[in-house]
Amino acid sequence: MPASESYPDDLLYHPEHDWARIEGDEATLGVTWFAQDALGELVHYEAPDVGSTVTRGSSYGEVESVKAVSDLISPLSGEVLEVNEKVVDAPETVNEDPYGEGWLIRIRLSSPDEREQLLSLDDYRKVLAEA
Amino acid sequence: MKLIYEKSQPGRRGIGVPGTEGLEVPDVPAELRRETPPRLPEIAEPEVLRHFTELSTRNFGIDTGFYPLGSCTMKYNPRVNERLVGLPGFAQLHPLVEDDAAQGALELEWHLQQILLEVTGLDAVSLQPAAGSQGELTGLMLFHAYFRDRGEDDQRRKVVIPDTAHGTNPASVTMAGYELTPVKTDARGNIDVEDLRGKVDEHTAGLMLTNPSTLGLFDENIEQIGRIFHDAGALMYYDGANLNAVCGISRPGDMGFDVVHINLHKTFSQPHGGGGPGGGPIAVRDILEPFLPVPIVARDGATFRLDYDRPKSIGKVRAFSGPFGVFVRSYAFMRSYGPGLREMSEVAVLNANYLLAKLKGAYELPYERLCMHEFVLSARGLKREHGVSALDVAKRLMDYGFHPPTIYFPLVVPEALMIEPTESEARETLDAFCEAMLAIAREAVDEPEVVHSAPHSRPVRRLDEVRAAKNPVLRFRFEDHPEEQGAGDRQLEAQKGA
Repeated sequence: MPASESYPDDLLYHPEHDWARIEGDEATLGVTWFAQDALGELVHYEAPDVGSTVTRGSSYGEVESVKAVSDLISPLSGEVLEVNEKVVDAPETVNEDPYGEGWLIRIRLSSPDEREQLLSLDDYRKVLAEA
Repeated sequence: MKLIYEKSQPGRRGIGVPGTEGLEVPDVPAELRRETPPRLPEIAEPEVLRHFTELSTRNFGIDTGFYPLGSCTMKYNPRVNERLVGLPGFAQLHPLVEDDAAQGALELEWHLQQILLEVTGLDAVSLQPAAGSQGELTGLMLFHAYFRDRGEDDQRRKVVIPDTAHGTNPASVTMAGYELTPVKTDARGNIDVEDLRGKVDEHTAGLMLTNPSTLGLFDENIEQIGRIFHDAGALMYYDGANLNAVCGISRPGDMGFDVVHINLHKTFSQPHGGGGPGGGPIAVRDILEPFLPVPIVARDGATFRLDYDRPKSIGKVRAFSGPFGVFVRSYAFMRSYGPGLREMSEVAVLNANYLLAKLKGAYELPYERLCMHEFVLSARGLKREHGVSALDVAKRLMDYGFHPPTIYFPLVVPEALMIEPTESEARETLDAFCEAMLAIAREAVDEPEVVHSAPHSRPVRRLDEVRAAKNPVLRFRFEDHPEEQGAGDRQLEAQKGA
């Protein structure tokens, strides 16, 4: 079952419809409800390798639906600590639970100050209003 | 309709093949020999014919109906093209014959090159690339060759692409080893020049642009954009996917572009539904001519030859001299129009604007401008208010007998419906299409369930595209149909039992 629309207020957001949950010097990344709804049910998740580096504003992987292939834009820079294998095996997990079971990667932050450039929920809602 | 394997009957044959008695058995190594016959359906010839004739009636093509698939230019393919490409001198020409035995074919290619130079406003052309996507990659390889020759290849690593681009553009950039610099679209549907300025510098190799864009809009700032790139020492690539809008009216070379690919199969007619065959020649400015792929068709007085003596060439990009059958059809198409080629584009643009004017009240128009040869509407309002998406509209159109337009592209428009009528269609057809689109918009309000569950009148209903992508069934599942096993399977079973 696809999740119903929600945007948790404890997350930071990137205008390309990605979210980050920062805990200490680590962060968990994923895509927002809006992103998964626009794409429709996902059929493939092309994940980065554990140990590779991701750069803020650049693509770290792809998700694919029957409508489109979409780059995953990293909201923060760092080293990939873990990839969500559950999403690799069952990409629709992102549609069912985009902020929980459907997380995509966990990284160790290389530039923790970058969080200052991410959007709060209020600012992200302004992005959504224009979308 | 049954699959041909389901029609199979044990022992039935289409033709009688002579026995092998008395024939010498070729010396095939044991490990390469079949141990059992292949799994072929066993069926009589008339049944085979009826099967495939019935299948062909399930097809939809430009020969059966209106096909407004945006960005694909599904125009009518005149029958005279087929007659000419079937002439024995063309159809039976072996690709390895010497030039002196293929003068007619080479002359046709040379004249085709000349017309493409006139249409694009550039200086030299290679007919080799097999389609638009290969033209893109070849063009970017020319970027590399040009900058390598100038000692700037290591420095220039970036190619700028607008967010309305065809998906092949970023793919070609990545395959060619360049980095992608995306640029935004402004409120009028042009490249956002302010966003662009900060992104073009001495590290930029060039721009890839479709003009008119996939929104069907001609970039009003194209000369200014050209200056930004050329002032930075970068090159301009023109994706010719939408050339059908501007033939004989404006030329990419005059707009400032240095490399252009031409989709012969779109602009100059060639049956190409289902992915081919295509033809993607590239035309270039003189500064890039030395690097073009080999061979080029050259003329020496009254004779023609394939010129391989081009020391700075990037080499071959396709077997022989290109997709020759496409050349013959496109050349025939161009010569049928003659200098009237401009009218082709004018009517394509007129047809698109006629549809746009009739439909923009019922569907959202994201950019309030006259369009070129195609336009993009949005079903966003229908989805928000009535839950009817672009996909639902597309499926419902099939019930009205039309091929759906391109949907969900370009990505900058939510719930996009991208409509390209081409110049081929009569006003009555355009009117009938508009009536269907307007009827669907009314249905979305009055009886949305009819639209949600469309199509109702086609051989198959709505397909489960997600399941098809996740669990593709690509062959007949013999293991699920023991009663339809072929002779090979029965022999296999017998061997297992023995």
